[in-house]
Amino acid sequence: MSTYQARFRIWRGDAGGGELTDYTVEVHDGEVVLDIVHRLQATQTPDLAVRWNCKAGKCGSCSAEVNGRPRLMCMTRMSVFDRDEVITVTPLRAFPIVRDLVTDVSFNYAKAREIPAFVPPAALGPGEYRMRQEDVDRSQEFRKCIECFLCQDTCHVVRDHEENKEAFAGPRFLMRIAELDMHPLDAADEAGLDRRRAAQEEHGLGYCNITKCCTEVCPESIRITDNALIPLKERVVDRKYDPLVWLGKTIRRRTS
Amino acid sequence: MAAGTQPPPSHRTATGVRSPGRAAIAARHLRTDRWWLSPAATAAGLLAFVAYSTWRAFANADYYAAPYVSPFYSPCLAENCVPMRGGPNADLFGSWWGLSPALLILVFPLGFRLTCYYYRKAYYRGFWASPPACAVAEPHRAYTGETRFPLILQNVHRYFFYTAVPVAGILTYDTVLTFRDASYAWGHAGLGTLVFLVNIALIWAYTLSCHSCRHIVGGRLRHFSKHPVRYRLWTWVGRLNRHHMLLAWASLISVALCDLYVYLLATGAFDDPRFF
Repeated sequence: MSTYQARFRIWRGDAGGGELTDYTVEVHDGEVVLDIVHRLQATQTPDLAVRWNCKAGKCGSCSAEVNGRPRLMCMTRMSVFDRDEVITVTPLRAFPIVRDLVTDVSFNYAKAREIPAFVPPAALGPGEYRMRQEDVDRSQEFRKCIECFLCQDTCHVVRDHEENKEAFAGPRFLMRIAELDMHPLDAADEAGLDRRRAAQEEHGLGYCNITKCCTEVCPESIRITDNALIPLKERVVDRKYDPLVWLGKTIRRRTS
Repeated sequence: MAAGTQPPPSHRTATGVRSPGRAAIAARHLRTDRWWLSPAATAAGLLAFVAYSTWRAFANADYYAAPYVSPFYSPCLAENCVPMRGGPNADLFGSWWGLSPALLILVFPLGFRLTCYYYRKAYYRGFWASPPACAVAEPHRAYTGETRFPLILQNVHRYFFYTAVPVAGILTYDTVLTFRDASYAWGHAGLGTLVFLVNIALIWAYTLSCHSCRHIVGGRLRHFSKHPVRYRLWTWVGRLNRHHMLLAWASLISVALCDLYVYLLATGAFDDPRFF
């Protein structure tokens, strides 16, 4: 087993200001960036703040930016870097800083609360739901989300424009709307809840210019853009912009 | 706040990653890889195609060398088209149209590609730097995306898809015509036939891999189990859709090469090698 000394630059500070601080730290074969951050805490800087939990890429806690790219620290192997490379670790740059590598991600929870929940079908009671696998495949892909918020962090709509945060839910929560709109038993329409119109008018789907950064950074490899955002955009076109679809629905309603 | 650290940006000037409250990092990005390569290559490739296709579309010459017709000029919708025996002459616009007939038909494939979900990503990143790359701050002060005119018109993509299908059908007909020789006798093929076959295969693959196509054939359904045929179609289009970017580039290059091949034949630069 080989070891070497790696050079790290880690952002230290809080809402009052901060800076990138240099560290030299021992690295062993097979380690990930989070291991190195923990070694730094144990040996050099015990007050370094970092959020983490499972160390297995499933809790979504240790999101940060490594060499400028949003990543989970526990899933970023040290072996992907050259040994003489300086590795820069910063907090997520789309959210307010708390301290060091910890950010305040409450924006995401606020957006989550704005999405209307699954509407149970009126005719079915608990335990009576039956769904075919092909009907839930699409939604199940989106359920792999671990809520690391890397997609929210990298999305330029809010990352580069703080003023858009009010109007734009972000890819994670637009994907949630897509998941519900594709759910075979969701009774939103019957309850008078128009998820498609709301996606465009209340949650800012139109801000998305499908540049796919959310898909690029997703640690669960969810094809957010191709399978959620673009299909949702097409469903919005059905509802708001396509006169042929409107005409077809009107004729069907009158003949039934 | 430790002595010697960067203060948070002032409220008046800061925006984006330098917004008040975020980690005080002055750099627009901290990426160390060659993030600029992809948007630069994309922009260069698209510019090269735009330059070439503009020249060829306005040239109004050297687009027919029996039995081959350039895909830029098919179908040929004006009276000033070169007569093409058995070919895609469709004089819908009559004699008043004095410009290149390519301009009449190229509107549709151009609109299809301009509003395509892949090309949107490509030119938003490559030309408009919105964003230039992931986690690289864009230079614009404000951003409204596709919420208002003119970019809200991107929602018309499916209508361009509807027009792209018959255009691809006519190009298929043109490809069938390439199984003739220069004197219009059937049952022959040359290198041009092969070029046209590859081109039409890529055109169809790109057209059918379209996200709007995927939605129309089945994506808009909520219950796949009630529509097994459309579900099957949706899965097929989905498989193609995974390669939409690759097909977008391959078909863009192939259509330009196909036109160049016809141009070289028409100008007498070389003779079409015949197989049989």
